[in-house]
Amino acid sequence: MSSDVIAIQTAEAAGRPWVQTLHEWVTTVDHKRLGVLYILYALLFLVIGGIEATIIRIQLMRPHNDFVSPQVFNRMFTMHGTTMIFFVAMPILFGFANYLVPLMIGARDMAFPRLNAFSFWLTAFGGLLLYFSFLGGSGLYGAGNAPDVGWWAYAPLASRAFSPGHSSDYWTIALLASGFGSIGTAVNIIATIISMRCPGMKLSRMPLFAWLNLVMSGMVLLAITPLSAAQIMLLVDRYLGGHFFDTQAGGSATLWMHFFWIFGHPEVYVLIIPCFAFVSEIVPVFSRKPIFGYPVMVGATVCIAFVSMSVWAHHMFTIGMNSYANSFFAITTMAVGVPTGIKIFNWLGTMWGGKIQFRTPMLFCIGFLFQFLIAGLTGIMLSAAPFNWQLSGSYFVVAHFHYVIVGGILFALFGAFYYWYPKITGRMLNEGLGRLHFWLFLIGFHLTFDLMHIPGLLGMPRRIYTYEPGRGWDTLNYLVTIGAFVQGIATLVFVVNLVISYFKGAKAGNDPWDAWTLEWSVSSPPPAYNFASIPAVSSRRPLWDLKHPEDPDSRYD
Amino acid sequence: MSAITTPVAGTPLAWKLPYRGKVGMACLIIAESAIFTIFVVAYLFYVGKSVTGPTPREILETPIFYTICLLSSSLTIHFAGKLLERGRRGVFLGLWLLTIVLGALFLYGTGQEWHRLIYEHGLTISTNLFGTTYYSLVGLHAFHVTAGLILLSIVLLFGLAGHIGPEQSARVDVLSLYWHFVDAVWIVVFTVVYVLGR
Repeated sequence: MSSDVIAIQTAEAAGRPWVQTLHEWVTTVDHKRLGVLYILYALLFLVIGGIEATIIRIQLMRPHNDFVSPQVFNRMFTMHGTTMIFFVAMPILFGFANYLVPLMIGARDMAFPRLNAFSFWLTAFGGLLLYFSFLGGSGLYGAGNAPDVGWWAYAPLASRAFSPGHSSDYWTIALLASGFGSIGTAVNIIATIISMRCPGMKLSRMPLFAWLNLVMSGMVLLAITPLSAAQIMLLVDRYLGGHFFDTQAGGSATLWMHFFWIFGHPEVYVLIIPCFAFVSEIVPVFSRKPIFGYPVMVGATVCIAFVSMSVWAHHMFTIGMNSYANSFFAITTMAVGVPTGIKIFNWLGTMWGGKIQFRTPMLFCIGFLFQFLIAGLTGIMLSAAPFNWQLSGSYFVVAHFHYVIVGGILFALFGAFYYWYPKITGRMLNEGLGRLHFWLFLIGFHLTFDLMHIPGLLGMPRRIYTYEPGRGWDTLNYLVTIGAFVQGIATLVFVVNLVISYFKGAKAGNDPWDAWTLEWSVSSPPPAYNFASIPAVSSRRPLWDLKHPEDPDSRYD
Repeated sequence: MSAITTPVAGTPLAWKLPYRGKVGMACLIIAESAIFTIFVVAYLFYVGKSVTGPTPREILETPIFYTICLLSSSLTIHFAGKLLERGRRGVFLGLWLLTIVLGALFLYGTGQEWHRLIYEHGLTISTNLFGTTYYSLVGLHAFHVTAGLILLSIVLLFGLAGHIGPEQSARVDVLSLYWHFVDAVWIVVFTVVYVLGR
């Protein structure tokens, strides 16, 4: 039945003019199409942000290099950070949530389809605004084009006096717009999960993917909004002559830092929790075992969400807080490692004794597991205030958070691509190219980010555009840059795989991985209405029940 | 394959989930509360830190009457919703209109206060830290009142055109949830600006 539906759709698509197809995509309110739009949009920005990273690395390859000017270097690291966080990581994770949450909980769409489209276009235009600054940033002043104040835009660097022209305004408004988009999507995901679950899908039976995205959305409501508020204040300062962050009129530069990091640290968890969600779906399927410790996983996630709201000032140990504040933030930061450790043990417990299949999604998840652990360990090191005084603002910190973002978030994302690509396109990604991608990326990643810790320990500060030779950083920086190129080539293999498999990949069928969640019960790609009749579930693994009527999970529920 | 599209029949019994509109509005309120919290924190952090005058003690007057207006509009909108549920459209429209009038009165009060502060005391958003934080916080709230009034007026227009009956009661309740939030925020802003901040 479902394959007939697909045949009709493709036949229609072939006969239609491309303008009509384009119009359908631009005006769509379907959660699956918006999910794909989010993902494609984020992939475009991933390439742009990757090019910026490459420019940074080429500049730092040799001492006294003059590949780009200091001014351009400042713009590159600002744009790289802003792009990767706000216009790659956030939209790509929202894309997966958008596509998968309704399918996993047995709903036909999100709770508010039009709000969904509105949120996507807000984010999309936010990204365009940020990059329009390359053209419009100089304003009437002829001063600078793209934002160059760093991704956290500390006061007074972002004030009129030190950032003339409009580049910082583009940065502010772009983040404000995409922030409102994120809030809209978060509201939508929560309302969908609370109000749209199919009959029998109790909260305790929901796939962990839905649970973790629920927690993530709750965090977005509380974490993105402080940034929006702070951006409004910055706009008041820059346009209306306000004094929020103007130290000469009694304002406080430290207050901006607090507001920024009240957003900034929970944001890390906003990004990593959906990745926990990917891993929690992929690891059980390829270990052929149900997830180990489901209630503990949920509890640990909620716990992370709470604790991570009170750790922000560990980014600010060097500004000179009193010893009580230092102790408080050091302790909370170490405490957040506990629920995170619980999760790692749960994934290991899931793999333990399972019949592990080393397919590409699983390879990336195993990479995630070990790299995220190391990233967490350097995080614990940095949470000790005295150690942090020594290394804050050094390449050790850069290596630490790239270990989280690339080694953790990006690896889990690649795993998610290999796992759900068959569902979204109806074709399998090529396994050989996938393995090549995995091993190349793994080597490039470790070459870059393992070694990057060392110049940091040796005292190399972040955000410098060049350095003196003979400080012991030269060879390391050279190797780090080579690693960056290896990662670039690996990403190219991934893109080639995405394109080739779309046309030539093996047909996936409904359920290529023999998985257990509801999205695998519909055709690949799913029909516009998702479910011809709304399913009813009676356990955590509805497809297991269906495939094994002699021994359904519901018997033990 | 067709069998697989409807996995596991059974447990079709009573399955009732919360209304999505209400959940969505609750989420929006949580997000908005976080925004207001940041502005309130900034206000309290900067109390007494202005390097030049005028200070709140010298020039602020407590807007008791307009506060009563806004807070009582929460009551009128509550009863309007209750009466709509029972199908009494006429009374609903009357109370709804009264809510709008009370909200508009409050907004007029804010405008009058700002006019006095600007023209009599020369306090603008760029005068000192007090001006910056005061106009931002009160202005953010006034912006939410304005947005609420626009939404309330749209409902009023639909009501006058005869399109609102008891079947829309759940949706009207969502809007009144927002209005209650705007009122509750005013209690916080009032306490911070006119009581604690002086």
